[in-house]
Amino acid sequence: MSKSYRDGLPISPEKFVDQLMRLKRGSISRRDFLGLTGLGVATAVMARELGIMPAPAFAAESLGDRMSIATWPNYHDPATFESFKAEIGVAVEVNVFGSNEEMLAKLQAGGSGWSLFVPTNYTISTYKKLGIIEALDMAKLGNFDGSQEDARFTAEGTIDGTIYAVPKNWGTTGFAVNTKKLAKPMSSWKEFWDTAMVEGDGRTMVHDYQLTTIGNALKYYGYSFNSLKQDELAKAEELLLKVKPHLFAVSSDYQPSMRSGDAWMTMCWTNDGAQLHRDIAEIAYVLGKEGGEIWTDFYAIPKDAPNKPAGYALLNYLMNPKIAVKEHLANGAPSIDARVNALLPKEVLDNPILYPAADLLKPLEFGAAATLTDPGRAELMARFKSA
Amino acid sequence: MRGTRFRKNLVTALLLAPAALWLIVFLVLPFIAIAIFSVGERAPEGGYQAALTFAQYANLPARANAFWNTMVLAPVGALGCLLVAYPVAYYLALRAPQRWRLILLALIVIPFWTSLLMRTYAWLYILGGRGIPALLAYVGIEDLRLINTPGAVLLGIVYGYLPLMILPIYVSLERLDRRLLEASADLGATPLSTFIGVTLRLSLPGVMTGFSLVMILLLGEYLIPTLLGGGKVFFIGNALVDLFLQSRNWPFGSAIAITLVLVSVVVLILANRISTRLSGARRVDLI
Repeated sequence: MSKSYRDGLPISPEKFVDQLMRLKRGSISRRDFLGLTGLGVATAVMARELGIMPAPAFAAESLGDRMSIATWPNYHDPATFESFKAEIGVAVEVNVFGSNEEMLAKLQAGGSGWSLFVPTNYTISTYKKLGIIEALDMAKLGNFDGSQEDARFTAEGTIDGTIYAVPKNWGTTGFAVNTKKLAKPMSSWKEFWDTAMVEGDGRTMVHDYQLTTIGNALKYYGYSFNSLKQDELAKAEELLLKVKPHLFAVSSDYQPSMRSGDAWMTMCWTNDGAQLHRDIAEIAYVLGKEGGEIWTDFYAIPKDAPNKPAGYALLNYLMNPKIAVKEHLANGAPSIDARVNALLPKEVLDNPILYPAADLLKPLEFGAAATLTDPGRAELMARFKSA
Repeated sequence: MRGTRFRKNLVTALLLAPAALWLIVFLVLPFIAIAIFSVGERAPEGGYQAALTFAQYANLPARANAFWNTMVLAPVGALGCLLVAYPVAYYLALRAPQRWRLILLALIVIPFWTSLLMRTYAWLYILGGRGIPALLAYVGIEDLRLINTPGAVLLGIVYGYLPLMILPIYVSLERLDRRLLEASADLGATPLSTFIGVTLRLSLPGVMTGFSLVMILLLGEYLIPTLLGGGKVFFIGNALVDLFLQSRNWPFGSAIAITLVLVSVVVLILANRISTRLSGARRVDLI
């Protein structure tokens, strides 16, 4: 699904039109001029051959010409991978997933083909236990600087002193509401579920993801987001089954439906909330006052990665604050790296979707490792979906 | 004599060998693997661990809903295909001018050259908020929701599987002996009774082939319910994807897969019987 017909094309139709319009306006950038005339390539080749411009440090290792990354929907600035290809020469194929379970299943089955992927905090200990991720070779990640990061968000990437994963960003799980369609102000998960059955009937989406869908149903009753208790899960299941007939969809890729106006309310992660609100002002992002999830997404490299050198190269590239800042502006999730924060514009740092008030953050919980692998929760979610 | 027969048998065996090998490697062996998985247990972290238990089969009622949805929507979808396909096939085989026939056939087959995924995505946009509902909003019909409904799934199914239904019916009508129609008319039958008594009856093997072809593919369908049903209209195919990818309960998934295969075989045998009975024709062996 992730492989677009545009992959490998020299230029996309949109870009072509953009370029054309810019040229029509008489504007041509230095890069375009060099690109169009071929002078850029010639200069680069000559510079490298003559030793004016040093070749990148990893040039000694063959990077191949393509690699594949597994990540989340709407999670990266596509320009990042394009510039990576232009600078390093490796094309990146993006595989999009809706849940950590799905990523785990693919890695467990073997031969996933990924050279880099983006697991969430609570899964890393399981990956380590199953022996399917690589202890990172920090010598290859010169752009990473752990001293610039807030340990509250990074701890789960390090197990027994060994770094298995380095963080991409953190965020929260709340819900997004189209306030034009659902005008009543909301501030809790109780209101989310109640609205889903009445005013939001047929217009509400929940994640195709047991952690958040079950977790936020548990919050309706004020239970822990990570609860594994039989009786509490039974209550959550009862609520989910009651809501099911009123839902618009069970899907983790909710942006298209929110944008087209088919869905009016959805469970939502920080970055999607920020993107939706940035583009469509009436879509608000709400954190349930009962609590819910706070998370950190990491980068990790599978043990069976087919192109580890390229995986490290891309990871190192993404750890460059100048690249990371562009990713954050596109993705919308808050950064953990102080060097990146220093580069972010003030309005981003003041955005309450990204940096919620302390009293809203306080009740949030990080996912627990046991929540990922608990068969009871897995089966509950499957029963909910097949109901 | 014996020598030539032996040689004949050897040639037959050699000719069949590649197909047999293909069947063994890609059908029999995976089936055995799945059968073994299905009597195993879910490992603590998910996946499979060896055991000998029929607990997974006992647990099948937990997916009764998925089975029910599939068992209802697959025949309804196939019937929908049939209702659209029959007139088209009839026109193509018996009414369309000879020189147009090939072009019309091509027009039916060509969309099949694009992946079903792409074509289903197109429906996602046509039925979604920026498609038909946006057009209807102009004439004052607000907030109509078409996407993620059983109707959308049914539409997707009829659209996606239509050529598979048209072609077998077309073939059976094409082979129809026109003299039988004349004979029927000569003997005083009205066009309607000729159609029912001769045309329809003789095309039934084609109808049943198309019907079972579409039914069997629909039993394993998962893409259309996911995209056009919003993950709410759950088929067995969706239950399988869920069990292998989300719950990581391979043994239960395998038990469901085995059951699905058995159901498909039963459907095939039934379709074959019905077709033989209805058409009164010689037995058509599908399997």
